[in-house]
Amino acid sequence: MHLLYLSPMVPANIESVSIEAARGRAIMPIAPKREIIHPAWVRVTHWVNALAMLIMIGSGWEIYNASPLFAFRFPPAITLGGWLAGALLWHFAAMWLLAVNGLVYVVLGMLSGRFRRKLVPIRPGEVLADTKAALMGRLAHDDLSVYNAVQKLLYLGVIFAGAVMILSGLAIWKPVQLQELTGFFGGYDTARYVHFFAMAAIVGFLTVHVIMSVLVPKSLRAMITGR
Amino acid sequence: MPRMRRNPPGVDPALLAKEAATLLPDPARRAFLRGGASIGALAFLTGCDIVDGESAERALMKISYFNDRVQAWLFRPNTLAPSYPDSAVTRPFPFNAYYPEEDAPEVDKEDYKLLVGGMVDDKKSWTLDELYALPQETQITRLVCVEGWSAIGKWSGLRFSEFLRRIGADTRAKYVWFRCAEGYSTSIDMATALHPQTQMTLRFDGEILPRRYGFPMKIRMPTKLGFKNPKHVMELAVTDKYLGGYWEDQGYNWFSGI
Repeated sequence: MHLLYLSPMVPANIESVSIEAARGRAIMPIAPKREIIHPAWVRVTHWVNALAMLIMIGSGWEIYNASPLFAFRFPPAITLGGWLAGALLWHFAAMWLLAVNGLVYVVLGMLSGRFRRKLVPIRPGEVLADTKAALMGRLAHDDLSVYNAVQKLLYLGVIFAGAVMILSGLAIWKPVQLQELTGFFGGYDTARYVHFFAMAAIVGFLTVHVIMSVLVPKSLRAMITGR
Repeated sequence: MPRMRRNPPGVDPALLAKEAATLLPDPARRAFLRGGASIGALAFLTGCDIVDGESAERALMKISYFNDRVQAWLFRPNTLAPSYPDSAVTRPFPFNAYYPEEDAPEVDKEDYKLLVGGMVDDKKSWTLDELYALPQETQITRLVCVEGWSAIGKWSGLRFSEFLRRIGADTRAKYVWFRCAEGYSTSIDMATALHPQTQMTLRFDGEILPRRYGFPMKIRMPTKLGFKNPKHVMELAVTDKYLGGYWEDQGYNWFSGI
């Protein structure tokens, strides 16, 4: 599969199909296939993460409701678990799914060079220009294999928020056994706020992310079929 | 293991019966997953068994038992919970229970006898004066509630490992189980029972432990969530048998270490 996987430097078009691949198809006159944009490991970890995140966020909201940090509660209709014990069961079950899947994603992202190819460099000038273009609705998504500067920033940002989420979560789960980590977050009570705001950042990302996948449906197709 | 079932001294049996009636958990609560997977976004799972209440509950409980083992492994027996200065104590310290404060059990200090059972050499019961006469120490530590909030309190009493030594407890046993005046119960792992900060608490913030915080005796463990710290303890037993607890039987994680 990696043979077909092109770096973003190469424009994804039919001409650039590798010779081997072209030879393999030479006998059958088939419709030219689009390039693989997201290899299978990206798609699998993406959807497993989506499920794990939904469970973590939904149960996390129910846990939040047991002792709210702010003057609001999440409506029970959008929380998971029914009551505190149920929510905790979901939360501390899905954390394994989130952690193992996240670890696989980060390790493969680094080993395969995908992070390096796709997410860096982020140049402030490009971020500004692309943000402006995006807000005016002029940011094109013609080539899904290349991320614009806003995408790079958001994808890296949400990976960072995910890391903060996991670390602050460990800090409030184990403020005695992992007291050094809890101390790093400024103590137990502060770590709860950090955990909350990391959730808010991820939910903010999710909102933009889902809206964009609706506006650019081929990006959703690429995350399902890979092409 | 012999479990003592007679009424604890110092508790009016009629009162106990009345309270026992209110203790039975709300029937709706027996299903841990009240409301089940109500999140709309999870609806796509409806095709599979996982959302069906009972099998989801079983699967989640299995993971919860797995998490018990993970937490036992994470537990560092000699790592102390952070201590705080006297000025950090939360005053007034919050009252928290599954009943309102005025329903907190009233234990008669003259009649009180702590019952001791299970895998111990000496099953004699202990009066309050005998407990007060034991060497006392004070800790100012943070209580973390399963609900998320926390508060810093000042507890004084006997190191629990010292009490276990005095009763000749078999510390190779797996659990210590506690039964409380209001019918509450909980059980803990032996490693936590032997932790230097696990305390048989008789005083709070310099005063005899008030009724609202667990008179006459509570077990304080800064290494576990608040609900694992039983108040109004009437009986304890050293045992190899898993006996769960009031909240644990309703789906709260048993180990609940922090």
